[in-house]
Amino acid sequence: MRTLEQTTQEVLDLASKHFNVPAGSLVPEDDFFKKLGIDSLQTLEMLSRLENHFGIELPDYEVQGVSDFRTLASRIQSRL
Amino acid sequence: MLDLSKYQSIGAALKDALEEFANEVCLIESDREREKERLTYRDFKQRAHPLAKALQDAGFAAGDRASIIMTNQSKWLISAYAVFHAGGVLVPLDYKLTPDEQWQLLKHSGAKTLITEYPIWRQLSVSEGRSAAANVSTVLVTEAPKNADLAGTQRWEEYQGSSEPAFVPRARKDVACIVYSSGTGGRPKGCMMTHENYLEQCVALTSIYPFSPGVRYLSILPTNHAIDFMVGFFGPFICGAAVVHLRTLRPEYVREAFSKYKITYVSLVPLVLKNLQKGLQARFDELPSGKRKVFNAIVAVNRALTKSRPRLGLSRRLLKRVHEPFGSELRAIIVGGAFAEPQTLQFFYDLGIPVANGYGLTEAGTAITVNDLQPFRADTVGKPLPGMEVRIVNPGADGIGEVAVRSKTIMSGYLNEPELTAEAIAEGWLMTGDLGRFDAAGHLQLFGRKKNMIVTEEGKNIYPEDIEAVFESLPVKESCVFAANYIWPQRSMVGEQLLLALHLEPGQTYTEDLRRDISTRNSKLLNYKRIHGVVLFEEDFPRTASLKIKRNALAERLRKLDRAAAFLPL
Repeated sequence: MRTLEQTTQEVLDLASKHFNVPAGSLVPEDDFFKKLGIDSLQTLEMLSRLENHFGIELPDYEVQGVSDFRTLASRIQSRL
Repeated sequence: MLDLSKYQSIGAALKDALEEFANEVCLIESDREREKERLTYRDFKQRAHPLAKALQDAGFAAGDRASIIMTNQSKWLISAYAVFHAGGVLVPLDYKLTPDEQWQLLKHSGAKTLITEYPIWRQLSVSEGRSAAANVSTVLVTEAPKNADLAGTQRWEEYQGSSEPAFVPRARKDVACIVYSSGTGGRPKGCMMTHENYLEQCVALTSIYPFSPGVRYLSILPTNHAIDFMVGFFGPFICGAAVVHLRTLRPEYVREAFSKYKITYVSLVPLVLKNLQKGLQARFDELPSGKRKVFNAIVAVNRALTKSRPRLGLSRRLLKRVHEPFGSELRAIIVGGAFAEPQTLQFFYDLGIPVANGYGLTEAGTAITVNDLQPFRADTVGKPLPGMEVRIVNPGADGIGEVAVRSKTIMSGYLNEPELTAEAIAEGWLMTGDLGRFDAAGHLQLFGRKKNMIVTEEGKNIYPEDIEAVFESLPVKESCVFAANYIWPQRSMVGEQLLLALHLEPGQTYTEDLRRDISTRNSKLLNYKRIHGVVLFEEDFPRTASLKIKRNALAERLRKLDRAAAFLPL
């Protein structure tokens, strides 16, 4: 079982890879809309990648109003 | 289609539709690859009537208000039907608002019943705003887990009366819905839409884009939005068509739904349409150069052959590989909620996928003009719908002025806001605040906004005054939020941005710390409400006797600044 820290790191790694930003440039508190310059649709695409990676289903409503990596990671963690 | 001229209310028309089309499929609900529901109109009635009866048993009566805060799904429409059957007024709220904002609107609307989903209720129930909305006495929650703590609320699935509900008639001029067009700040704008507004709008729209049994509408825009309420609920229902709901809006499942359910119509906001365009364009760009040339030639042939009108069968044969992923049944993509760029509309039309762009606002009962595709025009928002009188007020030498509209679809007013209503509707004419002119063919062209607001590509109306609270305690002398195009009119409907006008304290400078402070506060706003830059102003803001900022006067003074130099991106 992953810890929340591990999950958070994997979310950051995957986001940096998916959106081509340097590894290590993202931190848990970052607002991913702003830091990655993405819109809500691109966020949904990122969620699909995260679901595949973690082997979970993350309903759209779970990420309603979420804009930072740490909260996103905690939502994922609760479903692992 | 039912003859709507015979009906007095939405509820009466829907009631007859459930009988008339009893054996037709009315709802399909899919969650990823799993189909969760497939209901005929008869099934729908069997679900909705017990709910209507339970509401009546609990004392819900004619004119009582019930709010729905749900994502698009079958229970949304079943609940709405039950409210109308019981003579109620529906208050559809945006599920994407924050819980505090939702409570604020619940309070403002005077709703006594709230129907919502468990994940939304989980957030609403712990929100501080809850205490303010004491008017909400009944809460029905769908899909709550078995062991969920539902203190004070009831499970939607178990909220059922045991006998037939009485149908409660309403008059055409009675309010059917209170729809919030914007604003959760100081002055929420609750548009009071009458039964007549919806009945007339439905007749006008279906005269151009008809629904019938067998037609399938993919409901993606939130159903609380005026467009989806009309073309994803009332319109299809009174014609016996089917509505398809998806419980996830991941692009891969949306794509799959088109072919799986042979979708006929879909409504999208411009942002989604543009993303779809990008995806298709990327696919075309990957073609080897030989194939690309052939493909471009076929597109050119299709464009020539469809110049005067769409020829769907022909386009589907010519561009089979493009149409197959869309299910090969798509008649039109309805785009609304915000302004769509002409090149995007043309891109789809050239591929044989007509985009029904139009122009409307909640206050006008959804659509005012629509492109009738006879012929397709990407550079306008189409001609006025039947029954709509549209005129240009105080046109300049170039013919451009404020668009005003008069019709039976115009709202009766803003809830509890007679002054705002009087500003918006003058002698029956709704002043839209949008600038436009008619061309020789009678098509309306839009040229920006007269009012201090923006509409995002996702179709969100943002009024600057609604978002000022987060900047209130900034360590500056004073601040005020504006739509950049309101200050410096661009004669454009796209690329709208918000800015923060700042008046610094004497001797204070715009430092990196201050910029960071603004940025941090900005990040607390939902992403579509964020400001894009700062403008520094060196004088006191003009104020009224009660010390409110005179926005118009300040805007006039800011207008004298050079936009390129004054706008400091955040």
